This record gives sequence, structure tokens and C-alpha cells, in this order.
Amino acid sequence: MIEFKNVGLVYPNGTEGLKNINVTINEGEFVVIVGLSGAGKSTFIRSINRLVTPTSGSLLVDNEDILKYKGKNLRKLRTKVGMIFQNYNLVKRTNVFKNVLAGRLGHTGTLRSIFNLYSKEDKALAYNNLNRVNIAEKLYNRADELSGGQQQRVSIARVLTQKPKYILADEPVASLDPPTSHQVMTYLKKINKEDNITTIVNLHFIDMAMEYADRIIGMRAGEVVFDGPVSEVTEKTFEEIYGRSIREDDLRGGAQE
Amino acid sequence: MTTKNSLTQKSMPLYPAKTKIQVTIIFFIVLGIYTFSMIKTQEDMVGGFGGALGNMYTVIEKFFPPNFAILSAIWDSMMQTIQMAIIATTIAAILTVPLAVLSAQNITTFKPLYYVTRTFLNLLRTIPDLVLAVIFVGLFGVGVFPGILALTVFSLGILAKLISETIESVDMNPLEAMRASGGNVFQVIWYSLVPQVAPQFTSLVLYVFEINIRASVVLGMVGAGGIGLVLNQQLKFYNYPNAMTIIIVIFATVLIIEFISNKLREALL
Repeated sequence: MIEFKNVGLVYPNGTEGLKNINVTINEGEFVVIVGLSGAGKSTFIRSINRLVTPTSGSLLVDNEDILKYKGKNLRKLRTKVGMIFQNYNLVKRTNVFKNVLAGRLGHTGTLRSIFNLYSKEDKALAYNNLNRVNIAEKLYNRADELSGGQQQRVSIARVLTQKPKYILADEPVASLDPPTSHQVMTYLKKINKEDNITTIVNLHFIDMAMEYADRIIGMRAGEVVFDGPVSEVTEKTFEEIYGRSIREDDLRGGAQE
Repeated sequence: MTTKNSLTQKSMPLYPAKTKIQVTIIFFIVLGIYTFSMIKTQEDMVGGFGGALGNMYTVIEKFFPPNFAILSAIWDSMMQTIQMAIIATTIAAILTVPLAVLSAQNITTFKPLYYVTRTFLNLLRTIPDLVLAVIFVGLFGVGVFPGILALTVFSLGILAKLISETIESVDMNPLEAMRASGGNVFQVIWYSLVPQVAPQFTSLVLYVFEINIRASVVLGMVGAGGIGLVLNQQLKFYNYPNAMTIIIVIFATVLIIEFISNKLREALL
């Protein structure tokens, strides 16, 4: 369970990233955060694994305030909370297998990881996860030889190899075309259901949010302006979140049959 | 309303007036420095050129034909020079790793540490290699060892600077991902930084090796071992045919090594 209690974040340059956020995210939920760029979606999601640090309030992950975490505690939190990025963030010159095994870093000692001494179980886990996202045949390809969609699938395999309890996805489909976007979202949803991993995804496409979310949180100017199950959401809701009428480019399109 | 109109009618300047004035002033200052130094040096050089042409013939006559009989005798010294360069480059390549990381702003976010390393490297680079050699020869006596030390310190300065700049230009996204998956500092560096800089690292080390070969020749002349030492002796004894052979050998060696390392670099990048 993730609980935001009066969380606020002011960046060093004075910009207010988050304003008095109060949100509780339950086990196994698939939450989509929507909002325009600059609304604070990324700041919200990156607070949970402390890639950014809120400056006020408290943020509980499994009933522990993570805002004071440092060093070892912080790394332990990050092994529990996996992350997927808009630009996949793979090491391009390294092969797919090693990129996926990097998900074990938090569980592996420094020397063992430097000399590639991964256990048989870890390697099997990495391979199985590549299989789950149907990309195991690219095992020994360099990451920069893959297409965008394939790279994002590898990054999903990496995050799975971490055996996380939570997955954060920061605009995972923003750099992909419509069919690939749906493929990636389908994998995320499937993993959420099969492994019961709580998943929080940032999206700015309305149709995708409606299709995959259990619950939608709307953000504007660092504040939560909507929070409710997807069944309560209408086009009107999005207009309120975005503060303007809905346009063509708010939709990804290309929904799968 | 009127001001707006006049602005659109006049052709818009590409740069603001202030920038233009600044750049113009800087341009004239640089031009001034050039003109000044040109006038100054010409004063000293007048008469220099005329004599040089006449002397050229006598110099060439002294140096030719080279005495190839000494080839086998200088072979060992040439090898010594190459070995000095190899050892110095290797030590510098190892020492440069922590220094380069600590002087890269994107990795060493702790400012004081970054400034200390950077200042240390700047200091290293301000000492000319010849001065280093003179100091180490004074400390350890004539021989190969002071030469190696001088080369190591000299190439460390260059290498650490070049590599820290390479590190500063890497893609930070994979580093963020490694951090987000719970990796510690060493794991983040090893998994996402090392693969990104490895090709450039190797290429720069080869480049510094070339520089070291040339520098070790010069260092030999102040007593730091190798072929430079022999060359210096022959020149002092006015044995120009022998010196010419040495110069040709050095020239050939440098060319061969440059060729090999160029090929290696092409294959890497």
C-alpha cells in the first residue's frame, strides 16, 4: 500500500511540483495518472521510488515513511519498486540478457555483479521474463539493435526480474506508435493481473487510460483534481482535468480488436 | 501600436544588439593581440630567415649520409623507449579511472570533491613533461625509471581530462534506470557508465600512447633513458650521421605505431 499524506514538493528553483497530495493506492490496483505535461505526473511517480524527494508531508510505502530513507534503505525500497521509463533507458551497447539481469542489481552483491556471477536462478528468471514479453530470441542482441517497442518490452522484463511489489511506469508509450503502445500496455496489464503487482502508469492519452485503468487519478498544476474508478470517468471528467476541451492529439487511437 | 508596426517592418536582427557589441569587442581584442605579437616577434626575427637558408646546406651535408652501421646498437634503446611508453600509459590508464570519474560533474555530484579533483588535474597539466623529467632525474638519477614516472604523470593529466569529458557527455538515462532498480554507486557505474565510455576510453589510451612515444624521445634528452638519451649523446659528440640514423628510426617507429593504433581505433568506434 502506498499512502501520500499532505505531500508537497518544491524544486530548488522554486517551482511547485506537488501541492498537498493525499492519495492511497491499494495492493494490486492498476492506476493511471493523467494530466497535461507539467501537471506533476512524473514528480508524483518519481516520489515513490525517491528519484525525487518531496519536501513536505509523509509518503508511506508498506506503512513506512520513505522520505527519510538513505543509502541501504533507499536501495532496498528501489528493489521493491520497479520503474519503466519513456525512453526505455537500456544500456545500448550491452546485450539484452545483461540489460535484463541488471534488474537483479539490488539483490546482488557489488563484486558478484561486477564479475557477472549471477546465480542459475537469477539467469533462469531473466530468461523466463524475456519469454513472458515474447522477446527471448533477442537474448544476445545488443539493445540498440532493437526497435522501440522491443526495447520497451526488454525494459519490462528487466523490471520483472527485479521481482518488484510495485511497478511505476513513466509515460511508457509516449515514444511508441499506436499498435506497439497497445501491446506494451497489454503486457503491463497482464503482469498486473497475473502477478498481482500494483502498477502506476503515467499517460496523457485519454482512450488508453480508459481502456487499461482500474482507477484514474487526474492531476493539474501539481494537484490531484480527480480520483476515482474508471467507471465514474466521462469525457467531461477529462475536460475538467485538462482544463480545456478534448482534442484529437489527446487520443492514441488504434485500439486492438 | 506604432512601435509594434515599426518593429515588424524593420528587418529583425538575428542576435540582440548587446550580444553583437560583445562579440565585436572580443573580436577586436583578439585581433589586437595577434597584431601586437606579430609586430613584436618580427622585430626579433628580422635577419633570421636569410641566414637560415644558407646554413641549411651545411647542416644537411653534415647529417648525410646516415650511418646505418649503428642500427643494431641503437635497437635496444629504441625498445627501451617503447617499453617506457607502454608502462607509463598502462599505469596512467589505471590511475585515470577514479580521477576521471571524480572530476566528471554528472557523476560526482558532491561539489567539493569535484572541485578538488579538477584543480588537482589542472595543476598536473600545467607542469610541462620536460620539467617533470628534470625533476625526476634529479630525484632518482639518470635512467629509465624517472622517465617512466615523468611520462605517467604527464599522460595522467591529459588522459583524465579527456576521459572525464567523455563521461560528462554520456546518456544519463541508463544510469537513472540502474539507480531506480536499487543498484549502488559501483553497480550503476559498472553497468551503465562503463559500457558507454569503454570504446572512447580505449581510443584515448591509444592516442596518449602515441603521444608518450614521442614525448619519451624528448625526455631521453634530459637523461630519462631510452633512445632520446643516445640521440643526445651523438649530437653532443657532433656525430651527425649516427644522429640521422636515430632520427630515421624514431620517425619509422612513430609512423608504424600510429598506423597500428589508428587501425585499432577505427575498429573500435
